[in-house]
Amino acid sequence: MEWETVIGLETHVQLSTNSKIFSGASTDVGATPNSQACAVDIALPGVLPVLNKEAVAKAICFGLATNATINKKSIFARKNYFYPDLPKGYQISQFEIPVVEGGSLTFKAGENTKTVRLTRAHLEEDAGKSLHEDFIGMSGIDLNRAGTPLLEIVTEPDMASSLEAVEYARTLHTLVRWIGICDGNMQEGNFRCDANVSVRRKGDSTLGTRREIKNLNSFRFLQQAIDYEIQWQIDELEEGRPIVQATVLFDPDSGETRLMRTKEDAHDYRYFPDPDLLPLSIDEAWIDNIRTSLPELPDSKSSRYQESYGLSADDANSLVSHADTAAFFEAALSHCDVSDKSQAAKLVANWMNGELAAGLNREQLEVNQCPVTPESLSALILRIVDKTLSSKLAKQVFDELWKGQTSVDTIIEAKGLKQISDSSEIEALVDQVIAANAQQAEDFKNGKEKALNSLVGQVMKLSKGKANPGQVNEILRQKLA
Amino acid sequence: MMNKTLKELGLGLRQKEFSSVELTQEYVRRAQTLNATINAFITFDEEQSLGQARVADELLAKGSGHPVTGIPIAHKDIWCAKGWRTTCGSKMLGEFVAPYNAHVIQRFNEQGSVIQGKTNMDEFAMGSSNETSWFGNVKNPWDLERVPGGSSGGSAAAVAAGMTPASTGTDTGGSIRQPAALTGITGLKPTYGLVSRYGMIAFASSLDQGGPMARTAEDCAILLETMVGFDDKDSTSLSRDWVAYSDLSDSSVDGLTIGLPKEYFSDDTDADVAKSIDDAIKCYQSLGAKIVDVSLPTSPLSISAYYVIAPAEASSNLSRYDGVRYGHRAKTYTDLNDMYAKTRAEGFGDEVKRRILTGAYVLSHGYYDAYYLKAQKIRRLISTDFQTAFSSCDLIMSPTTPSTAFKIGEKVSDPVQMYLSDTFTIAANLAGLPAMSLPCGFDQKGLPIGLQIIGNYFDEARMLSVAHAYQRETDWHEKRPPITREQ
Amino acid sequence: MALTKNDVYKVATLARIEISDEQAEETLGQLNKVFALIEEMQTVDTTDIEPMAHAQDISTRLRDDVVTEKDEHEALQSNAPSVERALFLVPKVIE
Repeated sequence: MEWETVIGLETHVQLSTNSKIFSGASTDVGATPNSQACAVDIALPGVLPVLNKEAVAKAICFGLATNATINKKSIFARKNYFYPDLPKGYQISQFEIPVVEGGSLTFKAGENTKTVRLTRAHLEEDAGKSLHEDFIGMSGIDLNRAGTPLLEIVTEPDMASSLEAVEYARTLHTLVRWIGICDGNMQEGNFRCDANVSVRRKGDSTLGTRREIKNLNSFRFLQQAIDYEIQWQIDELEEGRPIVQATVLFDPDSGETRLMRTKEDAHDYRYFPDPDLLPLSIDEAWIDNIRTSLPELPDSKSSRYQESYGLSADDANSLVSHADTAAFFEAALSHCDVSDKSQAAKLVANWMNGELAAGLNREQLEVNQCPVTPESLSALILRIVDKTLSSKLAKQVFDELWKGQTSVDTIIEAKGLKQISDSSEIEALVDQVIAANAQQAEDFKNGKEKALNSLVGQVMKLSKGKANPGQVNEILRQKLA
Repeated sequence: MMNKTLKELGLGLRQKEFSSVELTQEYVRRAQTLNATINAFITFDEEQSLGQARVADELLAKGSGHPVTGIPIAHKDIWCAKGWRTTCGSKMLGEFVAPYNAHVIQRFNEQGSVIQGKTNMDEFAMGSSNETSWFGNVKNPWDLERVPGGSSGGSAAAVAAGMTPASTGTDTGGSIRQPAALTGITGLKPTYGLVSRYGMIAFASSLDQGGPMARTAEDCAILLETMVGFDDKDSTSLSRDWVAYSDLSDSSVDGLTIGLPKEYFSDDTDADVAKSIDDAIKCYQSLGAKIVDVSLPTSPLSISAYYVIAPAEASSNLSRYDGVRYGHRAKTYTDLNDMYAKTRAEGFGDEVKRRILTGAYVLSHGYYDAYYLKAQKIRRLISTDFQTAFSSCDLIMSPTTPSTAFKIGEKVSDPVQMYLSDTFTIAANLAGLPAMSLPCGFDQKGLPIGLQIIGNYFDEARMLSVAHAYQRETDWHEKRPPITREQ
Repeated sequence: MALTKNDVYKVATLARIEISDEQAEETLGQLNKVFALIEEMQTVDTTDIEPMAHAQDISTRLRDDVVTEKDEHEALQSNAPSVERALFLVPKVIE
């Protein structure tokens, strides 16, 4: 029996505005409970919502970045249900007419290029938080998060595996941070995924009954939860038990999904247009304005790096994994005043994807916290290009820069790392080595190529790595010709 | 002092005949005395009132001030007033002290007005008789066995009984106009969006509007100038050029065309009411107005549409009353959902519960199109009807209510009968049009009758002027109920 | 469209209002009268009519993204039935 999987994702992206979507309270994190919940957020009697312009701007940004349609007129609707972290007893969301419709995301999943169609993206408000641990038999409600703007992004059921789902999520995550609409901090709940999973027999055209896995806030959990759910559904069906539509939660400790509620228990949300808000109107001028301020998107940038500088796809894609990384790259490159930009670009890319990335990872730093500045990196690259530094010795300079030194030339001077390129100096060193290694010299003269490497190594060692290896090689050959 | 209009009191203050403190003390004392009988007020707070009066006296001494400076005004207990208990006539908010001011209250405060007290009302503004209040019935000052109308029953009775110079009310389906008519005072519901709803506890968001209630159209105009104005905390608030309503400059009736909707003049209306309205129309004719027949063909369906839209919006607006962050919470319960269910069962009265259930039902899965959507379409038709009518007339007039004040207890057990008392007032709310009621006579039992004027959007200035013109020719608005004469 | 007692219970659950059997019975009678009234709407044809949600045909106003509210939690929580360490307490929420 061959099975295939159908997955659709709903992602709640917290928009990085200063104030809430319907009130002027702050959206900062980490504040003491309810210190950022104003009268509107607490839903006192008589309060009313007023829409945050920036939340709309960010939604438009997203629509443009995914080639979606921005609806010129969209409606806010009330989603009615009771829960302590939902102070009004309803969530202001969008139902029939969302702000963004359509669009797509394309990404690599393993070897393949995959495109996932987006159904819609709509604006809504986040709920507060319930804290269960500290109170016996009671839960404590903190409404600081209530009213934070969310963009709910819904895909068509276009994914067929947990890999595709995770790669979609990663791509979406990179994009929303890239265009500056979301901080993307998954631990803080900025970016939460719900996965709709169903299975069907291979070749079957009808969709199987789906179950929804809620609130996955890491890529790892997303993958684990989906894999478990797929297998669970297959097992059930193979044992002759039909799948009942339900909402499930993923338990990271057990690695299993478990039932939260079935369709029968499902809420009747009684959606209707919110009478406190009028239709949202977006005109072409506003969209155009945002379009011009949209940054070059990761895909385009990566292609441009590959075309203009000859970077490999992998290298280019690493550089566009975050807007700050690409910015660093471009800044460093801009300071490289050389004729061959491609050579400089490749060097910058290598150093960034190599030593720099390793350092950031080791010390858990973001690229904009990097102790080495783009200017310093470019200075280092310049000294490699002009052969003052060998690549090997450049590493020592880099380490000093990482520790806080700022001038590449000062470090080179202080540590005496300047590459020896003076022919007479090298000749002197070569003469010394030939004299001390007569046998090897003889072997090379007699045709043993390998002997030369050893002699080169000796010269390098004698010069403490500073001799220009190319010139050493050349001069040795000359002298032993 | 007691028989002076708001305008006269303003003059008295400025001419230093009395101070705001004296005026406030006098009115609070009088209101408290009469309250034992009328029950128009839920809350007094003399200390806060006098504090405001002292501030007002300082403003007046400096020669600055507004027409409402120093005047004690009674506010329907639906307006959040900082530091004041604000109950909305409900056990659910029976002890709720508002931590902020409604925008309208803020405007009154900034102009140096005095909050005299909070008036009684039908619970959560749902009612037409002020019989659903947790704080007891309000008596009609003209006949203590009868209702004053609702939901702004307390505000109406307080003005009618001379307990306050003027008051504020709110009108969702007629809740300013109907009690104004039943108690013989003047009340106006402005164009939807002119008066901020921020801090005005919500019943039906797309219909609710706050407005003035007073002895005269002139006093209503003065109050309206304070109440109207853009508020950036209310997304439905309109930004319009300021209008000097109290100029009443448009008082000439000569050349005015008045439309009488045939649907509002039927045999279902009390004979006495029909007669008084007829006399009022004749009065306008004598002043030079032309009378034409108009038709509002969809208006018979206004009550049906209203009793879908209003409960639907209310069911959602009242979901926040759950015992979590303020208000009543049940004492015993088994779990969270039980806490909700008991809190709301205990905190809400029967009519509120009925409307919440109706509203939840019409919005529930599968019924939205047949009910809510249908009602919004009927609403469109009603609105279009009015626009058609206004193409052949300047203002529309009709009885405010089909009959005069009914007895307490008479209709309370039959909700639909109660709903029918709003039959002439509801359409204006659905269309968002301005509408007012002014006294135009008495029936054989000595009960007041109200004339309704409906204008096109933003036509309040003309409506008030036209009402003022009538009040210059007649003295219905000067009549006082017996209870006030005994004082 | 007549309601059944079951409908009344269902909608009371949706609205989180506890009702007794007696109350359900009484409410049923009253609600059915209201629904008979509402039913009159069906007498008019509204096929191509645009629903009217607001009196004015305008769009919602937009607010600048500025923080305008400060911490006032003590005042705003002053009416709360149960508060501890600035948290609103409720019976434990079971997921």
